[in-house]
Amino acid sequence: MSGESTYNPSNGFTKWMDSRLPILRLAHDSFIDYPTPKNLNYWWTFGGILTFCLVTQIITGIILAMHYTPHVDFAFNSVEHIMRNVNYGWLIRYIHANGASMFFLAVYIHIFRGLYYGSYKAPREVLWILGVIIYLLMMAAAFLGYVLPWGQMSLWGATVITNLFGAIPLIGENVAIWLWGGYSIDNPTLNRFFSLHYLIPFLIFGVVILHIWALHVPGNNNPVGISVKGKQDTVPFHPYYTVKDGFALTVFIILFAYFIFFAPNVLGHADNYIQANPLVTPAHIVPEWYLLPFYAILRAVPDKLGGVALMFGAILILFLLPWLDTSKVRSARYRPLFRQFYALLVLDCLLLGYLGAQPAEGIYIVLARIGTVYYFAHFLVVLPVLGIVEKPKAVPESISEPVLGAQPAE
Amino acid sequence: MADEQNSAGDETNRRDFLYLATGAFAAIGAANIAWPLIHQMNPDASVKALASIEVDLSAIETGQSITVTWRGKPVFIRRRTQGEIAEARTVADTDLPDPQNDAERVQKDEWLVMVGICTHLGCVPLGQAGDFNGWFCPCHGSHYDTSGRIRKGPAPKNLEIPSYEFVGDSRIKIG
Amino acid sequence: MMMRFGIKAGLAAAIMAVGLSAAVFTPANAAGDAKHPAEMNWQFDGLFGTYDRNALRRGFQVYKEVCASCHSLNQIAFRNLSQEGGPEFSEAEVKAIAKEYLVEDGPDDYGDMFERDALPRDKFPSPYPNENAARAANGGAYPPDLSLITKARGGGADYIHALLSGYEEAPEGVEMRAGLYYNPYMAGGKIAMPVPLLEELVEYSDGTEATVEQMSMDVTHFLNWTAEPELEQRKRMGFMVLIYLSIFAGLMFFSMRKIWADLH
Repeated sequence: MSGESTYNPSNGFTKWMDSRLPILRLAHDSFIDYPTPKNLNYWWTFGGILTFCLVTQIITGIILAMHYTPHVDFAFNSVEHIMRNVNYGWLIRYIHANGASMFFLAVYIHIFRGLYYGSYKAPREVLWILGVIIYLLMMAAAFLGYVLPWGQMSLWGATVITNLFGAIPLIGENVAIWLWGGYSIDNPTLNRFFSLHYLIPFLIFGVVILHIWALHVPGNNNPVGISVKGKQDTVPFHPYYTVKDGFALTVFIILFAYFIFFAPNVLGHADNYIQANPLVTPAHIVPEWYLLPFYAILRAVPDKLGGVALMFGAILILFLLPWLDTSKVRSARYRPLFRQFYALLVLDCLLLGYLGAQPAEGIYIVLARIGTVYYFAHFLVVLPVLGIVEKPKAVPESISEPVLGAQPAE
Repeated sequence: MADEQNSAGDETNRRDFLYLATGAFAAIGAANIAWPLIHQMNPDASVKALASIEVDLSAIETGQSITVTWRGKPVFIRRRTQGEIAEARTVADTDLPDPQNDAERVQKDEWLVMVGICTHLGCVPLGQAGDFNGWFCPCHGSHYDTSGRIRKGPAPKNLEIPSYEFVGDSRIKIG
Repeated sequence: MMMRFGIKAGLAAAIMAVGLSAAVFTPANAAGDAKHPAEMNWQFDGLFGTYDRNALRRGFQVYKEVCASCHSLNQIAFRNLSQEGGPEFSEAEVKAIAKEYLVEDGPDDYGDMFERDALPRDKFPSPYPNENAARAANGGAYPPDLSLITKARGGGADYIHALLSGYEEAPEGVEMRAGLYYNPYMAGGKIAMPVPLLEELVEYSDGTEATVEQMSMDVTHFLNWTAEPELEQRKRMGFMVLIYLSIFAGLMFFSMRKIWADLH
């Protein structure tokens, strides 16, 4: 958003470089002198935290691939080999396995921050859409990665998810066979899943660069949702937000470390420590926690195609969000009605997550149906109508105003 | 006035110290994270457990050799003939590219145990070949004698002797 | 002021994270009707958990003399018995233990497989050559590998302990097919494993009285080690990491305060 670059190459080499490949100028303008609204709160630190998660997953993943064998006869044992023989192998695997959960925890906070403060609204629609694409890629990567240890939940989770494609009319069965490279999940499937699991993080990395680019054109949204009016509203990214992001990241890592060192298997499932057996299905097939809400939606619908359609619809609807929300006011701070529906959406997602872990029977099914209906209604009915009906509170003139107004001048 | 300046100086000092401590702590953390990421590529516990092997020599006749695998590398074990021993002992050490006495290279005169990897670029030499009736590396033409010492060609050093010990009259433990 | 709001927000995030994990990870109980295992006070639980070497050694004796006749321990090599954080037998002891077992090796120079005494680097041999043979010998049931058993069962060590010592007479009205035994901790109440532990079934070399309770505690202790041999190192390192991170977070916090202070 800054008109001009403030980068000033100081020595011969940087001057030489700047007239050939101005990459240092790019870094300076993007992460040092990038003008950032001065009122960002801690919910805004999750962008940096997510970058850390992605890099951590890529580094530990590359290391695990050095020791892992993608073959149905060896995969399970090679993971145990990592856990028992490889120097610090247990540490690296537990970081990677729990890292996936932490990544999703952070991305959900990041997404719900965007929902609360209206960060998807003009002029940030493309930024939001890129974010949804990253989220989709993350889910694909997580699903593929969960298959690799070749435990019972790997095999049967993969069986259930790939069978979803069988719901596609006419070609469904052929698509499933094509995905498997056979007539069930077997060695060819494991091999291709490994290959794709290695690929996707780099795709995510690419889209993240676009995401940051799309962020830096209009600039950050902020808690009051008012566009930056001038220099008085911003501070340079460094050191103000590098240190703030750094502090938040450290706190986040404390939680991460707690899981790695003291509860490394709490987020996983016991059945995945049993080697995959195509003849025995576990009593309950449960996806990882971060996919549970979608799993609940899938099971809420008594029809195979309908369930699959709604499940994917629940994600795809996010692409349309910038146009479904008709309100011109960005931040929920000035939208009292929206705030209540937002709270309802948060509770709804938590409820669906809880239901996804319960058996699909009785009251759980009924609740899941109610939850599903509200989820879609929130986006398709509540948000469009609210923009017209709701009377927003008075919005301050500028970012500096509420901050100054709140504090007596010194 | 002077007081004010002093306290401002103190403030700056305290601030610099804080930043320095934070930076130093970050560096310590980074170093500690780096080590597991590097060390994971070193030989793991199962590889180290295989680091020594025992070989039964009783079936090897004079003038015969066997090749065994140790740490993924070939190890030549040759029961030398009296002629080969004599040949190895008659050479003046000082004429050699890598001077070494035959007696330093064996524990029992008869038994020559060495890593079968050419010291030039890692090929496996052929036995009882070359100009010196020892080993000959076909990759780049290095000739070794009946004691496994380099005599001609690009290799810089004699064939390596692994650490081994006799654990019986006809059993050795390599590694 | 903004800072204070921010901290509250961060705290809320952390609480939400923990709450979320608690809510979601109370798994749907696969065995709706199974009795809940009693929570035992294990020495390896908690922030500073370590293994009890004597319990591990006794547990190993129970595994060796009782469980091993049907259950494999595929992931464990004899050398693991001497590694740090385990039963910590001496290397000579491990060699002697290994020597009690025969393992298949080969092919020899004639192309035949042969049996030899096990060495520390070998893994524990399985009691059966393959799953089919195991099923045939056990009335169709497959005795699972025990290396990961405490991690592979929902209730962990508590469940294994309860199961081993929790056999009962089948209550009225529960019909038991031949080859099945009543155990309220097993999902469905019926288990194919006959009562494994009887009073004084093993004679402990350290003189401990071999009650069923004692043996089931010991062998569970041992099996928790086979599942998590890194536990001691992990918890020790984790404690250091948490201390480091707390100090670093404090330094970052005060640095941040100083930097932001310039603004006002």
